[in-house]
Amino acid sequence: MSYSFAFLDEQSKRCVRRALLKAVALPGYQVPFVSRELPISYGWGTGGIQTTCALLGKSDVLKVIDQGADDSVNALNIKRFFAKTAGIRTTTLTAEASIIQTRHRIPEERLRADQILVFQVPYPEPLRRVEPRETETRRMHAEADYGRMYVALYEDIVRHGEITLPWQYPALVNGRYLLSPSPIPRFDNPKLHQADCLFLFGAGREKRVYAVPPHTDVHSLGFEDHPFRVESFAGRRCSRCGSTDTYLDEVIVDADGRRQHQCSDTAFCLRRRQDPAVPRGWGHDHPAGVAVEARR
Amino acid sequence: MGYVAVRGGEDAIRHSERLLEAFRRREGHPGIQVAQIREQMRLAVDRAMAEGSLYSPTLAALALKQAEGDMVEAAFLLRAYRSTLPRVQTTPTLRPAAMRLVRRISAAFKDIPGGQILGPTRDYTQRLLDFSLLDEEERTDASLSPMSGEATNGAAPPERVSTYLRREGLLPDLPGDVEPPVDITRDAVAFPMPRSARLQALARGEEGALLALAYSSMRGFGNVHPTVAELRVGYLAVQVTIPGLETPVTIGEILVTEVELISRWDADDAEGNAGTQFRLGYGFAFGHNERRTICMAILDRAMQAAAPHAPAEDQEFVIQHIDGIEAQGFTNHWKLPHYVDFQSELDRLRAKRRAAATPAEAKP
Repeated sequence: MSYSFAFLDEQSKRCVRRALLKAVALPGYQVPFVSRELPISYGWGTGGIQTTCALLGKSDVLKVIDQGADDSVNALNIKRFFAKTAGIRTTTLTAEASIIQTRHRIPEERLRADQILVFQVPYPEPLRRVEPRETETRRMHAEADYGRMYVALYEDIVRHGEITLPWQYPALVNGRYLLSPSPIPRFDNPKLHQADCLFLFGAGREKRVYAVPPHTDVHSLGFEDHPFRVESFAGRRCSRCGSTDTYLDEVIVDADGRRQHQCSDTAFCLRRRQDPAVPRGWGHDHPAGVAVEARR
Repeated sequence: MGYVAVRGGEDAIRHSERLLEAFRRREGHPGIQVAQIREQMRLAVDRAMAEGSLYSPTLAALALKQAEGDMVEAAFLLRAYRSTLPRVQTTPTLRPAAMRLVRRISAAFKDIPGGQILGPTRDYTQRLLDFSLLDEEERTDASLSPMSGEATNGAAPPERVSTYLRREGLLPDLPGDVEPPVDITRDAVAFPMPRSARLQALARGEEGALLALAYSSMRGFGNVHPTVAELRVGYLAVQVTIPGLETPVTIGEILVTEVELISRWDADDAEGNAGTQFRLGYGFAFGHNERRTICMAILDRAMQAAAPHAPAEDQEFVIQHIDGIEAQGFTNHWKLPHYVDFQSELDRLRAKRRAAATPAEAKP
């Protein structure tokens, strides 16, 4: 007995591909699909894995990252799964990969038009924090009725003086659908705006896929007087490569609680150690791509 | 260093798997055989088959062995295996009314045509630990062996209790040819779900979740006062149609449990008659699974409410949260590293603390 190429049988992969095509045609719209059980648990990247299953061809080169890192055990396990079931080549070099599956980060290095970034999505529904019911959120999306989301952000400002949403910060895609960018940090949201690559999002447990096609407007929600802001790492640098413009993980290095910082993107950190001048290439260190409600 | 502790790499996974194997099978102890699990952990096997959504006592026993008795994990192994199986064909509709009975009881009527068959049950046993099982001898009492599944061999299957209620108009008539059932493992379904999809989700739901929600509806958060019209355990023939042959061919039997539960319906029906009929809740599972089928029937009945007033009546609440495989996966995923998101959380919390520490007049 043996398993099919990339685990899922061809019919199941076709089902996923049909849903993905629809998702690309309707940027930001959550397309229901039939999620298969995989030998990896729900919540551990099954939506991303099924998307990757459906995309993989024999010549693809796969990179898998978890929290930005290639050597995280979950990323390694997923890579092992594909190496075993599809026999494809894997890599840690961002530029070398044709498909990158990710949990919670967008690589620091700008992706090209021939690359696809596949997100593992735990909560596909950006409106879930204001509305628990699927029937109601579907209606809200259908009618572009996003007022409650803006009100929630406004209430946040009134109460705390700040928008306190840390990650999974909602963004408006192509001026139409509100999208959850998966739990990436706010730092990565601007990378979704007018990118060259295709972004695919797979939520296995919630049985949804959605997409941001290349060269699409993606505006993170905000207000004129309280614009969207990314995390600040002012005054900090990576203790390994010295970068000051990357997303940093904070690590506790001794019993006194002393902190150090390290690039969360391990592949990019390595490149910077070889060549400190390597650019990130996303071209928006300024908070571009901000949807301002007052303009609407 | 913390760095190494959370990112062990490929070596760590390999070593962890070896360690797991060492824990699963301690040195010096005879290996438990899959056949022993299949024959002696019968109810665990049946529950794994129900939640794994795959009828195979041997594979369910294997899954239980591999998972060291972790029921949810065993069901998960079966589901993952099920994903790889091609769908060869759909059987003609099974008729549980025709099952070869092992057990049949009704809590609605004392005497029912065909009789009540107590069958194998722990319902009326005293739950005292039987210390003689600590060191059990091989069974030599041959008189017990022919009892399994032979109770009504040869006799015509009795009609269901619900049939009599239906004749009297106390239960609504069954709809004639209904739409083909939805398969939630093959079709993407949206809410509100058709009943067939809800029943499928319930049939493979995690038993603890089914039990808690069903219990809530009978105890205080809901209004289902159920009567078990009939509970059946028995063997059901599975047939397939073969091209060129006119009659379907029986390929084997499966052991199943079926529950029909009746409960008053106080809401107006389509004709505006308030509270003049019962409604039926339906439960069905692979194997001998009485508790889960009763819970399933209660939840099926509760979700027929026109407007949900309690959690168990709300199909989004029930269906989205009863799947053990989905729920365990997401719950366990919190063990994955979250340091990127946590860093982002820290950023927001520190900003809030800074804002709170700034004197009010200095604020913009």
